[in-house]
Amino acid sequence: MNAFFALLRRDLRLGFRQGIDALVVVLFFLAAGALFPFALGPEPQLLARIAAGIVMAMAALASLLSLDRLFAGDLEDGSLDGLALSPLSLELVGLAKVVSHWLMTGLPLLVAAPLLGLLLNLPASLYPILLLALLAVTPALSLLGGLGAALTLGARRGGLLLAFVILPLFIPILILGMGAVSAVAQGESPLSALQLLLALDLAFLALVPWAMAMALRQLLR
Amino acid sequence: MTPSHQLIAQGIACRRAERLLFRDLNFTLQAGQALLLRGPNGSGKSSLLRLLAGLLPAEAGQLTWRGKDVRADRAGYRSDLAYMGHLDALKPQLLVLENLQFWADLVGATVPVENALAKVGLGPCAAFPAQHLSAGQKRRFGLARLLLKPVPIWLLDEPSTALDASGQRLALDLITRHRAAGGIAIISSHDDLALPEVTTLVLGTGLASPGKFGGGGSA
Repeated sequence: MNAFFALLRRDLRLGFRQGIDALVVVLFFLAAGALFPFALGPEPQLLARIAAGIVMAMAALASLLSLDRLFAGDLEDGSLDGLALSPLSLELVGLAKVVSHWLMTGLPLLVAAPLLGLLLNLPASLYPILLLALLAVTPALSLLGGLGAALTLGARRGGLLLAFVILPLFIPILILGMGAVSAVAQGESPLSALQLLLALDLAFLALVPWAMAMALRQLLR
Repeated sequence: MTPSHQLIAQGIACRRAERLLFRDLNFTLQAGQALLLRGPNGSGKSSLLRLLAGLLPAEAGQLTWRGKDVRADRAGYRSDLAYMGHLDALKPQLLVLENLQFWADLVGATVPVENALAKVGLGPCAAFPAQHLSAGQKRRFGLARLLLKPVPIWLLDEPSTALDASGQRLALDLITRHRAAGGIAIISSHDDLALPEVTTLVLGTGLASPGKFGGGGSA
């Protein structure tokens, strides 16, 4: 387990040293979301109705931004060889990368989400459920994103390819996330949607590290 | 280390992108022995080292370590070897010490990182960001990684590249000590490394050193 935390600590330290990455993700999230009021015109009712959906979709897009560098640095400087030969299994290497992605992308997005909600005239009653839904959605985004990053690693224009591979997989997660929010908006219980999201999170947690390790092993050959 | 520390390669073949780099490669290395890989660029020296590290699957043949096929106990074999690739695995944003500390934590180092840095002459650079290291210093960092934990097998891909005279002496000295402690070293090099009692394996030319060390066939 020491090796796992060593890798996580190093990746977080690298992220903070570069600093700019997490900031860019949050700024993109806010700036892209803030385009909508301008594009749709000043209709507070319309915005209020779609605000939660915009926040959710922008979170999905923003979480793509730093994915293409998730493994690329370690591939380019030979660190991936060292990781593959270390006592840490490639499954746990992948999981550490996913956790660091969530901590540097998912978590900052959660913090920034209320601000975007404010810009989009999100009804006050929906803030708690939006944050709860995002809390369940972002881990799944990071896990699927990590899988996409491992699969497209080493490919030419991997970043673009990654978006094409991963965005379709984000759709069910966004549907469930929005399902929870709209249930509350209509005065119903969001429990079933949240439970399904949690089930997806756990299923991805079990399957994705294994698939990432397969992809990385192929690549190192 | 016991006499059972024996690395045997039998009939190893390696294919890269449809090209057969070498085949019918045989060698036996006992504790304290070293194998020097020579050959022109692209002859498969790096591929052989990656194959021996277990990063690359062999097209054919068998690799035996301590009397067991390495495929039977990959984790055990992996923990007995150290691989120094031609890349240095340094993060320019981190300090030299932080870089080495990471690898130390990862492999479960038994030697303090400060000692390993001091041994390769990087002690004064410990608090520098790694981006300020010269090419030779980066190579020394690679040598420091080998020293974090004593392991019986060293696989070194061009360890002397970019090293100055004192760096080359350092590399030779480390390899000699490793062998004196019963370690095995397999080294690829273009330089004339003055290694004593080393067997040379020439790849990619159809030539091979005499004795039990078989040759590598060209593609």
